[in-house]
Amino acid sequence: MDPKKTSHETGIASDALKNPQRVVFVTRKTSAKVIGEVSGQVMTYPHLLMREAIAFYILVIVLVLVALVWDAPLEQLANPLLTPNPAKAPWYFLGLQELLHYFPPFVAGIVIPTLVVVALVVIPYFNVNVQGEPLWAKNGLRRLRAFSVILIVLAAFLAAFEAWTVLAPTVVIGGIIFYSYFVPPGGSPRAEYLRTRPVSWWVMTWFILVAVVLTVVGTFFRGPGWSWVWPWRSHAG
Amino acid sequence: MAASFQQALTHLRSTRVWKSIFRRGPALTNRTRSVAVFGNLFLHFLPAKVREKSLRVRATYYLGSISFLLFAMLTITGILLMFYYHPATPQAYRDMKDLRFVVSNGVFLRNLHRLAAQLMVLAVFAHMFHVFYRGGYKPPHEFNWVIGVVLLLVTLFLSYTGYLLPWDQLAFWAITVGTNIISAMPVLGKYVRFQLLGGTIVGENALLRFYVLHCVVLPLVAIVFVAVHFWRVQKDGGLTVREPDGPQKD
Repeated sequence: MDPKKTSHETGIASDALKNPQRVVFVTRKTSAKVIGEVSGQVMTYPHLLMREAIAFYILVIVLVLVALVWDAPLEQLANPLLTPNPAKAPWYFLGLQELLHYFPPFVAGIVIPTLVVVALVVIPYFNVNVQGEPLWAKNGLRRLRAFSVILIVLAAFLAAFEAWTVLAPTVVIGGIIFYSYFVPPGGSPRAEYLRTRPVSWWVMTWFILVAVVLTVVGTFFRGPGWSWVWPWRSHAG
Repeated sequence: MAASFQQALTHLRSTRVWKSIFRRGPALTNRTRSVAVFGNLFLHFLPAKVREKSLRVRATYYLGSISFLLFAMLTITGILLMFYYHPATPQAYRDMKDLRFVVSNGVFLRNLHRLAAQLMVLAVFAHMFHVFYRGGYKPPHEFNWVIGVVLLLVTLFLSYTGYLLPWDQLAFWAITVGTNIISAMPVLGKYVRFQLLGGTIVGENALLRFYVLHCVVLPLVAIVFVAVHFWRVQKDGGLTVREPDGPQKD
C-alpha cells in the first residue's frame, strides 16, 4: 500500500520518525480509550430495510385515506385584475408575510431570511455546544445580567415596531430562561431538564416558537388588510 | 404454510435467473446480507451494518426516511399529473377542471400530490429540528447538516414552484406576493424577479418557468443532494446515537 496515503488518512505527518507528533497523551495508570460505547450492530438487510418498508406501507395507507376525503382547493381562474384581500403566500411563508407586516420589506423579506439560512449553515462550524454545557454552568450571575440586557433590548426593539406576535413568544421563552436560572439543582425532572439546557438549545427553541406562532397567526388570524381576525367567527366576504 | 413459503422463496433465490439479476443467492449468511446491500446500486449508499440504537423509533422517528418516501410518492404522482397538464394559460386551469370532472381518479391523484407535498415540507422541517436537538450536526456530520439545509431550501422552492401550476386565484396571488418580496433585494432584486418570472408580471412565461423548475430542474437538484446526503451518513460513521443535547455522559 502507498505509505503516503496511509499517513494522510490518519492525519500524521508523512515522516513520523523524523517529526514525531503527539497522537494521544496517556497519563500514568490510565490507558487511551475511546469515549463512547460500542453498541450492538445489526445487518442493514433485513433489519433496517424491513423497517423502512413498513414505514413506507403505513405512510402510503395514511396518505391514501386522507387523500380520499380531503380535496385540494381550487379557486377561480387566475385574474390579475381581481386582488383577493388578503392575498396570502403558501403557509410556510406566512411567518415571513407576518414579519413583512411589521418590518420594511428589505428587513423582513431579505435580511431576516438570509440571516436564518446563514445561521443554520454555520451551526456546526462554530462548535455550537459541542460540550452541551448548561447555560448557567459558569459565571451564572454575569450571564444572567447579560441575558437580561439582551432580552430587554430585544423586547424594546420589537415593541418599538409594534411586532406583538414576535414579542409575545420572545417574552415567554425569555421568562422561562429567567426562571431556569433560579431553579435549584436536584429538583423535579422537568425543572432539572430546563436548568441544564445549553445556549444553543434555547436559541433554537426560541426560533422555532417564534416561527410557529408567526405561521399560525398568519394562517388563521389574519383577515382583510392583514387585520387581526378570530378564525372561529365568520366574516363577511 | 409460512415455512413452505420461506422454502419457496429460498428456492427462488437459489435459481440461476435470480442470481443473475441480484448477484447473490438467498441471504442466509451475514456475508450474503452484506452483499445484498453493497452489491445493489440502489442500496450501496447504505452501510452494511447499522447500530441497533439508531433503529429505535425515538432515535429518528424515521423523519428522514419519511421525507425521502414522500419525495418518492411526489415523483410518482407528479409524473402521472404531468400526463394531464399543459403549462399554458388558461389551459392549465382547464386541466385542473379536467382532473376534477373528466380524468379517472383525477381528484384523488391531485389530492395525493398536494397532501404529500404539504407533509414533505413538514417532515423536512421536523427532521431538521430533531437532528438539531439530537446534536446530529456535530463533527463529523457538519457538512451533511449543510447539505440538509440546502435540501430544506430545495424542498421549499419545489413546493413554491408547484403552488403556481393550478393557475387559479390562490396560485396566482401567492406567487405574486412571494415574488414581490424578491424585489426588495438591493441591486439584484428586480433582475432576479424578472429572470424568475420571465417578465415583470406573473404570466404565461412565469408559468412555464415554474413548470420547468418544478418538474425538471429542482427534482434533479434534489435527487443529487439526497444521494450525497445519504452517502455521507454512511461515510461519516452512521447516525448520531449519543444522548440528546445536555451534559454528555462518558
